[in-house]
Amino acid sequence: MPRTRLYSLDELDDIPGTKVFRARESRQAYHLHKFCMSLMKEENRKAFKEDERGYLDQYAMTEEQKEAVLERNLTKLIDLGGNMYFLVKIASTDGWSAQKAVSSMSGMSAEEYAQMMLAGGRSPEGLRSIRDKN
Amino acid sequence: MARISGGIATSHVPAIGAAFDLGKTEEPYWKPIFEGYEYVKEWIKDNTPDVVILIYNDHASSLMLDIVPTFALGFAEKFESADEGWGRRPVPVVENHLDLAAHVAEQLVIDEFDITLINEMDVDHGCTVPLSLVFGDVEEWPCKVIPLAVNVTQFPTPSGERCWKLGEAIRNAVKTFPEDLNVQVWGTGGMSHQLQGTRAGLINEEFDNRFLDLLAHEPEELKYITRLEYLREAGTEGIEMIMWLIMRAALGYGVEEKHRFYRVPASNTAVGHVVYESKS
Repeated sequence: MPRTRLYSLDELDDIPGTKVFRARESRQAYHLHKFCMSLMKEENRKAFKEDERGYLDQYAMTEEQKEAVLERNLTKLIDLGGNMYFLVKIASTDGWSAQKAVSSMSGMSAEEYAQMMLAGGRSPEGLRSIRDKN
Repeated sequence: MARISGGIATSHVPAIGAAFDLGKTEEPYWKPIFEGYEYVKEWIKDNTPDVVILIYNDHASSLMLDIVPTFALGFAEKFESADEGWGRRPVPVVENHLDLAAHVAEQLVIDEFDITLINEMDVDHGCTVPLSLVFGDVEEWPCKVIPLAVNVTQFPTPSGERCWKLGEAIRNAVKTFPEDLNVQVWGTGGMSHQLQGTRAGLINEEFDNRFLDLLAHEPEELKYITRLEYLREAGTEGIEMIMWLIMRAALGYGVEEKHRFYRVPASNTAVGHVVYESKS
């Protein structure tokens, strides 16, 4: 009997405005994430802030990933394989709140985003499935 | 014999930890959230366990870079609070109960759960924020804690059904520990939230409240929510709720719901919290 419980994860790509972090992304972003985790030490945060480009050059990240870090472009970093639990350490190093960091990907200003959250957050209506448009 | 006497579930939002550490608990934004934990702070005084098995996820603090374990049991004597980018939280060191941890680890493998043991790690807000919310500002945690980390970051995560079975296996493992110990299992994380993309800020109160309604008395209904459904309905990080199922299954068939709290928002997240006592 063939195994029947295995299935493709392609449906994970059907959620609007969402990139699901999987094994390939984990590897794609390994060196980027290694940099992010290095920011868990005060001396490294200081060294990064003093010479961001020089600090990043110690890591085997792609040039695109380095530039996205320098621009603090979290949307791009997610697109380049990143995961927010790693990336938020860059925001913390900058003294940003997690809310401000997350809002930077939302297409809204930090203030608009904060207001949306106070009003109950973003409704899932219409954002569940690209295919089913619900 | 050891027994599981009760369980707690709570969100573990890092900003709640920061508000706690910076003395902002009376500020208008935070006060209603901390008020939701007044009950448990009293309840725990009369129900302090010997050991908490604390189900949480590591947020790329000690795990998830070089090693990505699906289920991992903390097996050091002690765990320091992690520096997640803004310094270590000023909270007590988490101390393990190594005899029970070893027993659970062995029995889980015998019970087909091939769990990873972590002999050295720091614990992040996923573990320390629930401890602060329940025990408050203390010099040392009043019980031992066995941290059990679940991968909810890299897909596929374990399924809800698999988490349920892990909870049952933890229950059976604790019940066969010869020493007389009062054990609680805590499930942490959630509720609905998404921390990335243009869908960031997603909150689904209807889904969360249905989850809370069913968790106490009809939890079997929740076992078969698929990972995809969690993502669609509760956001990419909302899948943390599968960790509540581990807690619930570990408590056995009947529970009494002593307390329930739900509020939106804390930072990006819907906050949920329950206190259960086991009836079996």
